[in-house]
Amino acid sequence: MSRVLVGVKRVIDYAVKIRVKPDNSGVVTDGVKHSMNPFCEIAVEEAVRLKEKKFISEVVAVSCGPAQATETIRTALAMGCDRGIHVEVSGKDYESLGPLQVSKIFAALAKKEEASLVILGKQAIDDDCNQTGQMTAALLDWPQGTFASEVEITGDKVKVVREIDGGLETIKINMPAVLTADLRLNTPRYATLPNIMKAKKKKIANVKPADLGVDIVSRACRGTEWDTVGSLYEQWRSRSEHGALVF
Amino acid sequence: QSTLVVAEHNNDKLTPITLNAITAAKKLGGDVSCLVAGTDCTKVAQELSKVLGVKTVLIAQNAAYKGSLPEELTPLILATQKQFNFTHICAGASAFGKNLLPRVAAKLDVAPISDIVEIKSPDTFIRTIYAGNALSTVKCNENVKVFTVRGTSFQPAEVEGGSATSEEVAALVPAGISEWLEAALTKSDRPELTSAKVVVSGGRGLKSGDNFKLLYDLADKMNAAVGASRAAVDAGYVPNDLQVGQTGKIVAPELYIAVGISGAIQHLAGMKDSKVIVAINKDPEAPIFQVADYGLVADLFKAVPEMTAALSK
Repeated sequence: MSRVLVGVKRVIDYAVKIRVKPDNSGVVTDGVKHSMNPFCEIAVEEAVRLKEKKFISEVVAVSCGPAQATETIRTALAMGCDRGIHVEVSGKDYESLGPLQVSKIFAALAKKEEASLVILGKQAIDDDCNQTGQMTAALLDWPQGTFASEVEITGDKVKVVREIDGGLETIKINMPAVLTADLRLNTPRYATLPNIMKAKKKKIANVKPADLGVDIVSRACRGTEWDTVGSLYEQWRSRSEHGALVF
Repeated sequence: QSTLVVAEHNNDKLTPITLNAITAAKKLGGDVSCLVAGTDCTKVAQELSKVLGVKTVLIAQNAAYKGSLPEELTPLILATQKQFNFTHICAGASAFGKNLLPRVAAKLDVAPISDIVEIKSPDTFIRTIYAGNALSTVKCNENVKVFTVRGTSFQPAEVEGGSATSEEVAALVPAGISEWLEAALTKSDRPELTSAKVVVSGGRGLKSGDNFKLLYDLADKMNAAVGASRAAVDAGYVPNDLQVGQTGKIVAPELYIAVGISGAIQHLAGMKDSKVIVAINKDPEAPIFQVADYGLVADLFKAVPEMTAALSK
């Protein structure tokens, strides 16, 4: 039977007004409310629905990050995923973890777990990269159904309606495949209390990138260095200071 | 140093964001080449060869390039890269570029950079993060820099005055793991959202999809495009391709009229570079007024028809 891997990223909650650290080295994350990236919620919902419709037999939620990532996995388990895999990356390694390294982790896990689908959100609302799904597909040499607003499995193919600039387009791709969820794919369910209780009993495996044969350290910062971060609020404030004429 | 710009087109015409990507490529210095892959795209190649600053137009034609599937275009770009050894590969940060370039980058084992808004030097770029709440300066040490370009942050390149040479690139054996079936494009006589000089956008305050007619009427008087906030798309009032914001489209028109939009940060990310921002909202506390140049605290169901009527005089 077939298995789906679904990626869940822990990000600063979308409603939080972010603050840049005084030394411009990043944004303040300590003591700030975090939650599951909204597009990952849509990905989880889609995976769980595919299981409910019996197209797949198991949904595995995966998150890469420090210990707190398990909280995000728990949320996914409460939404209906069967088990979790926490790929532990912390400290400096986590700070320099980018979409390319995460894609390598997902590609390795997809092979190890013999997944027939990997479903991710189209983008995370923190780094706004919109890369991980495409890169995971590339590394696996699988086709990609990105920015999906409708997914339909028929046999060993997936029909995907995609959100493109001028409207929608429909593609048909072979399985195994990588899908990324856009806004209109579904409306994620809320985890009910009984399901939250049940989720506590579900298993979360802990693995390290090295266990998967993925070297995240030597890649760190080779591609990108986040040098400085400057707030756009300043720019806006100066804009509104010249006076919004309110009638 | 040399840059490859992957052209976006529909076999008939170049998509405007490619011209913005060409400007970004020119800023890097060095030669600029463009790759046009399609089923029957000689017309697009001719159009590109006149664009100022393009040195070489590479053209690949094959039935497999129908629908610009990334599974087919990626091997072609990799083969082109192997032949020409570009230092940079870029495309517009549209649905096309965002879908394709990360796949190319992963195959080259380099970390791509999405949606850049500024080029500091050939290896240093600025992009926005957290819905535009912060700017991030990214230094890229990869051998090949792969990035997508935010259209509104770079002027379009001049479409006349260039004289690029053309070169055929051999098409490859199709990968055959994906198939393009059809596109259902929104038909509209109004200007395209990302390149319109005037944009009228509606939010949850419109209360229904039918009420968007008020905005269409106003837009038609001003030759404007119509956009929407994520809230309006979420509520099902309008299709997703109208969405302006962090995860939708980025616009920067001369005039942006936000109607019934509260101004969540995710929406502001998509329109704050507009030259003049007008907000109409009945809630004087709405955050949209903080970024607006002109604010009108009023009931949109009264104010918008009045504006349309005034423009009809």
